[in-house]
Amino acid sequence: MTNRQAKLMQGNEACLEGAIAAGMRFFAGYPITPSTEIAEGASERLPLVGGKFIQMEDEIGSMAAVIGASLAGLKAMTATSGPGMSLKLENLGYASLTEIPCVIVNVQRGGPSTGLPTSPAQADIMQARWGAHGDHPAIALYPNSVSEAYSVTVTAFNLAEKYRMPVILLMDEVIGHMRERVVLPDENELQIIDRTKASVPPEEYLPYKADPDGGVPEMPAFGEGYRYHVTGLIHSENGFPTTDAEKTAILLNRLMKKIDNNLDDIIKYQEDSLDDAEIVLIAYGSTARSAKSAMDMAREQGIAVGLFRPITIWPFAEDKVKEIAGKAKKIIVPEMNLGQYRYEIERAAAGKCEVIGINRADGEIITPEDIFEKIKGVL
Amino acid sequence: MSSTEIRLSGSGGQGLLLAGIILAEAAILDGKNAVQTQSYGPEARGGASKSEVIISEGDIYYPKVRKPNVFLALTQEAYNKYVGSTCEEGVIIADESVEITDVKCAKKYSLPILDTAKNVVGRAMVANIVALGTINEITGLVSPEALEKAVLNRVPKGTEELNRKALETGREICNIK
Repeated sequence: MTNRQAKLMQGNEACLEGAIAAGMRFFAGYPITPSTEIAEGASERLPLVGGKFIQMEDEIGSMAAVIGASLAGLKAMTATSGPGMSLKLENLGYASLTEIPCVIVNVQRGGPSTGLPTSPAQADIMQARWGAHGDHPAIALYPNSVSEAYSVTVTAFNLAEKYRMPVILLMDEVIGHMRERVVLPDENELQIIDRTKASVPPEEYLPYKADPDGGVPEMPAFGEGYRYHVTGLIHSENGFPTTDAEKTAILLNRLMKKIDNNLDDIIKYQEDSLDDAEIVLIAYGSTARSAKSAMDMAREQGIAVGLFRPITIWPFAEDKVKEIAGKAKKIIVPEMNLGQYRYEIERAAAGKCEVIGINRADGEIITPEDIFEKIKGVL
Repeated sequence: MSSTEIRLSGSGGQGLLLAGIILAEAAILDGKNAVQTQSYGPEARGGASKSEVIISEGDIYYPKVRKPNVFLALTQEAYNKYVGSTCEEGVIIADESVEITDVKCAKKYSLPILDTAKNVVGRAMVANIVALGTINEITGLVSPEALEKAVLNRVPKGTEELNRKALETGREICNIK
């Protein structure tokens, strides 16, 4: 194990460092446990790299400020937890429709409402997909280590910029607060994606002109001479509101196709020992760490267990889960909620194999032993 | 892959969070892997609180301590709350003010950690560093060089000598018995 550059780092801190490495230069937020270290760190770090930090009056204002900063050309982020996430959803939907790149970090804690402020949970999984009203595209990513809190934050910014949309970075209290040995990559070796600027002069620019088949419109920054209208109403290519059914259908279809046409680019996951697995664990975030330990315990006893860990939670790795369900005898889904992702997995498995949940929503972590016992119980 | 689980407990404000971070950083300086977690919220302010470290030669997946191989308690409340899961082959190190109960473990040490910090080193606030010196002398979790370096990396400028003395005194109290 190399010692060079190895250091102890907290998950929230690594998320912030990843964001800065990805080019984040604006952060607006309203601190909330267990995400507070991200805002706190941003207030110290951003001024040192020429960025801006604003503590806003609340989460709604934070999300609005992030959208404004992104329109003005900066890569922007906010961080919160469940209660704040609920408030951000209105403007998150706005960012989806107006196609504003930004990253929203949700370090999950026990809910609903103000719930269990200092306890871990993974119960905002469905909120990340369907929290904002109306049909809208969604990308949500979920790291399971401090090292990934860094790298997946970089990915979140890249996807936000590439597809011009808000990207949710889900963490949980365990990943956000734990400190772990990391060796951060050389910043010069990171692949950083920036939004496409306008290729035409201001007088020819149409803000929402793009290939109807999932195209991404060009995005000049406000202040560069391009004047255009941004609205949360359904709009045509010129950015002004319309109620025309055909134009509405074209717009919504294009928004969804940005995701549907690029699943291979967006969906990231880790597979572990799936080839001969009769029982497959599907787990994400901190619970995936327990699942990995449980898998190792089972393998030591000769039980053929594998692990599938989605890093991209949304869009859902449907084809992969279908493939797993066609080969495995049983799928076990441990999650710190009452079965949110399991519903999605059951839908994809479509009865081809049994899907069993291990669920806790009491602020306690699912341990390797909990999962191992379940594995033995379903043999 | 063998790993060692350490639980440092006491009351909020005794600096055990920092002690856990220092221990984890010392392990990393030794070229090992380390994970640190802690109690949060009301629990971490006054009352009984804990900071936990896992040190391993290999990967660490589950990040929380389940059966500590090394358990430190600086207060009775923390001892009572957290001693239960201590590993049968484990070591318990407690301040002399703590009444050690009939727990099954390999070794138990009752040492004047708080008193040494206050009256020998001269500052009650360095009890966490005294404790690190004591723990490492007994268990050899990390190299003494890495521990000293990790302490000096983390303490405020101008307090290096004080903390070096705290570490040294912590080592020495193990040999008084």
